[in-house]
Amino acid sequence: MEIALSSQLQMQAAVAPPRKRHRRSRKSIVPGFGLTMGFTVAWLSLIVLIPLSALFLRAAGLGWSEFLAVGFSERAIAAYRISFATAFAAAALNGVFGLLTAWVFVRYEFPGKRVLNAMVDLPFALPTAVAGIALTALYSPNGWIGRFLEPLGIKVAYTPVGITIALIFIGLPFIVRSVEPVLADVRVDVEDAALSLGARPLQVFVRVILPAILPALLTGFALALARGIGEYGSVIFIAGNMPFKSEIAPLLIVTELEQYEYGAATAIATVLLLASFAMLLLINGIQVWTRKRMDP
Amino acid sequence: MTPRLPHQSRGLQLTLILCALVFIGFFLLLPLVAVFAEALAKGFGTYTAALVDPDALSAIELTLLVAAISVPLNVVFGLCAAWAIAKFDFRGKSVLCTLIDLPFSVSPVVAGLVYVLLFGAQGWFGPWLIDHGVRIIFAVPGIILATILVTFPFVARELIPLMEEQGRTDEEAALALGASGFRTFLRVTLPNIKWGLLYGVLLCNARAMGEFGAVSVVSGHLRGLTNTMPLHVEILYNEYNFAAAFAVASLLALLALVTLVLKTSLEWKFGYSHGSTR
Repeated sequence: MEIALSSQLQMQAAVAPPRKRHRRSRKSIVPGFGLTMGFTVAWLSLIVLIPLSALFLRAAGLGWSEFLAVGFSERAIAAYRISFATAFAAAALNGVFGLLTAWVFVRYEFPGKRVLNAMVDLPFALPTAVAGIALTALYSPNGWIGRFLEPLGIKVAYTPVGITIALIFIGLPFIVRSVEPVLADVRVDVEDAALSLGARPLQVFVRVILPAILPALLTGFALALARGIGEYGSVIFIAGNMPFKSEIAPLLIVTELEQYEYGAATAIATVLLLASFAMLLLINGIQVWTRKRMDP
Repeated sequence: MTPRLPHQSRGLQLTLILCALVFIGFFLLLPLVAVFAEALAKGFGTYTAALVDPDALSAIELTLLVAAISVPLNVVFGLCAAWAIAKFDFRGKSVLCTLIDLPFSVSPVVAGLVYVLLFGAQGWFGPWLIDHGVRIIFAVPGIILATILVTFPFVARELIPLMEEQGRTDEEAALALGASGFRTFLRVTLPNIKWGLLYGVLLCNARAMGEFGAVSVVSGHLRGLTNTMPLHVEILYNEYNFAAAFAVASLLALLALVTLVLKTSLEWKFGYSHGSTR
């Protein structure tokens, strides 16, 4: 990574809080709108919008039947399935362990907490290739952890389990950093009220705390899922990359490209890009839903 | 921090803390330890030899060059975008913000591919570029372009919420007192946003130096020419030269650690809280 330290999280900042719009009736005397706006739009178009539309135009140039044939070949469908299934499994496991981690950080005190909390951003800061070879060193059959799993008949490296482990590493900060601030805002007096009315601790968690943090948890889940579907560097070393078994969709794009199959690479990339747009819409949807729920 | 809740038994607390520690230990700390342990597995001599290898040195040089070009460009863009978005009201602001965030949700491989489709030999501008002897794909310009695309939102996303929160009254006061627009930016706006800007630069730089997927697609993996550090790690690893691969990887891991330390000290010392966690 891919560091984005927390930056990838900021996707959510753009849409998260209900924005306070300061309506100003008078015209601003601050200069530079034309210059900065012009440069912003021009640079955005040059670097992001035009290249991405080039992808769609190339895909459209393939024609519908060709697009379906190469974009949804058996091998491509298998790759999508592996990418989506492992990303989903990793995001779900992170949902549990990320919530646990955030809970422990927010609610309890223990030595070394601040340092460990800072370490949660490591997957954002560590380049993906480094994470990939490090995880492979741990989980390969003669690796630090793999050698203990091997006799038990558990194969991690070079299977979808290995892919999931890499995606758990990559996705963890998304969940923790989404949930942490919301969990810190849950008011303890509401919990005390529930307890004094006779609720059991588990009931308090399920009925009081969980509803409050659910939108943040879902946002983190969606961010981790989106990231996992497109992830490449950390996965390819541990995946084994066997077609139909452990080949992820981004790797298939690279493979097709190396064989000069530009049509297939374009079609698969278009499917992935559409999937990330769908995830973006989903995340926006969660935010809108939260806002409506907060002030009906 | 909230005090301990009365209803939670000490045992439950300890169990939860232990579970979280084991999880963090296995998934975050162990991989980091593994990088340094594997790098030094064959002794310190092998380690330093891998780092002073000419191919490794040119990879380090290229990585620094790519960051030195793409990070300042992103700073200029981030400042412009944040100025336009935070200081003015206009229609379509949220659409613009979403478009700026777009690269975060695009797979790095797709980010690299779009430039191959534009500038590669089979691309739209490919034949024209070949006629004029300009190489973008499988050359340094392609690597820089791909890096700019994947790091595109970092600085802007850090600055926009910060500058929106600060409003524009300070600037208006300076302007009313007769300062020029540029002077107002330098003396009023910049001091207000310096920690946020530094934070954004830090994140942007780490990603720029560590980017793998996008760069891998456009680089062509020419040793000594178009190999960045992450790509060099991959080549060494695929050649089963594990100690050397982890040696170069350990430099990148150090970069990650330095980034984390600086980022955390910014958060602790200046109370600067990240845009998303605000």
